[in-house]
Parts: sequence; C-alpha cells; structure tokens
Amino acid sequence: MLIFGAAVVVNRNPVASALSLVVSFLGLAVLFMSLDAYFVGIIQVLVYAGAVMVLFLFIIMLLNLQAEGRRRINLLAAAGGIAVALILLIQIFLVVGHLQPARQTFPPLAGSTTDDVWNIGALLFSNYNLPFQIIGVLVLVATIGVVILSKREPR
Amino acid sequence: MITLGDYLIVSGILFAIGFAGVMLRRNLIIILMSLELMLNAANLSLIAFSRFRLQSGGLPDYNAQVFVFFIITVAAAEVAVGLAILVALFRARQTTDVKDISQLRF
Repeated sequence: MLIFGAAVVVNRNPVASALSLVVSFLGLAVLFMSLDAYFVGIIQVLVYAGAVMVLFLFIIMLLNLQAEGRRRINLLAAAGGIAVALILLIQIFLVVGHLQPARQTFPPLAGSTTDDVWNIGALLFSNYNLPFQIIGVLVLVATIGVVILSKREPR
Repeated sequence: MITLGDYLIVSGILFAIGFAGVMLRRNLIIILMSLELMLNAANLSLIAFSRFRLQSGGLPDYNAQVFVFFIITVAAAEVAVGLAILVALFRARQTTDVKDISQLRF
C-alpha cells in the first residue's frame, strides 16, 4: 500500500499515478477491515476506489494530459520539499515512539462488529444529527458550485 | 503482535508521502491526489484509535468512524470542486502546471 502511495508521487504519467492511487486505496480499505471497521472499508472502496478515481481518470482523459516532459528540476526546491517531508516523518516517529499506549496491542472485542452499520447509523442520527445535515448542505453547495464552474459562459 | 504504534507509523508515512507530493509535484491533478492520500492517512489513524479505545460494551468507538464518514464525504465534495476548478483553468490557460499559473488575474 505504501509502495503504491509512493508511486503516486513518483510516477511521471498522470494515468499511472491515478491507477497506483486506486491500489493504495484498496490497501487502505483492507487495513480498515483488519481493524474491524467493515462499513468504513466498504465505503472506502465505493467512494474512493469507485467514484473519486473514476472522476480523476475521467478528467485526465478529458484534458488529454501527457506524461510530463523531463524538464529541468529545481534542485533547491526539490531538496527543500523532501527535507520538510522527512522532518515531518521523523517527528511522527518520535511522537509515536514516546507514546506509551502505542506499544500495546489491540484489546479483544467483546461482541461482534457485523452490525456496525446499525451502530454508526444510530450515532449519526442521534448525536451527530446537526453535522449530518450540515454535510448534506455542503454536498448540495458543492454540486451547485461544480455545475456553475463547469458551465461555459455565453459570449 | 501488531500494536497501535504500527498503524500510526504507517499512517504517518502515508501522510509524509502525500505531503512530499504536494511540495514536489507541479501537476495540479497529482497535487489533488496527494491531498487525498493525506486525508486517508488521517482516516487510518482515526480508525486505529477507534479500534484501540473500546466502548463500555466492548465494541469499537463508533464516534471515530462517524468522523471518518464525514471526512470521506467532505473529501469527495472537495475533489469534485477541485477538478471543476481544474477544468475551468485548463479551458482558460491550456495547462495544469502550477508554475504556469502564477498570476491571479484573468
């Protein structure tokens, strides 16, 4: 999963990177399911590997993007970007290394998680009712915005 | 045995990969994909915490999974808007390279 995640960044061809992103998302869905979050894993496959990636591939094909030419890389900027990412990684390693609960294994589950859709739904419509409605408005606004953005202006 | 720290480290590596992609690449589509990678890294650590901290009934903490559900929804909306902006930009400039789009005026 991490290898394909790195391939997204390294690949020069946008189609290859999009396809590696699909594999990376599928690996993430497997990790979610190994953590007993079956609903989130299935949603991950449906929304990301299905809808979002089709959107990416569709846009790449629509714009007819070619692989980037081997243009001169700004060495200083590239080194700076890699250095900042590495510093972030080292910090994450240090924090996780010093975290006491991070060395414990996962406690065993008491019940079955096969009805986690029911549990998530019950929580979504009781405690998180207002955020749920706000998300609905957000999706509506995004839809309207996309339609307006992609409409050609009459000349 | 697999500990919580292992999942957190995988999530951190994934986040760093996405971050490096945003910093290094100049193609806007790849930058959007790297943003997705970073959001998914956050989702992975949330799910790991949800499995780690059990509720009183011995089930995973579903608050985190509801949060992940919200993040996925927002990410999907964000990708749709980002790609629409990208298409509009491509129509105006015929490029997706951030180096060629350094001016805010039309």
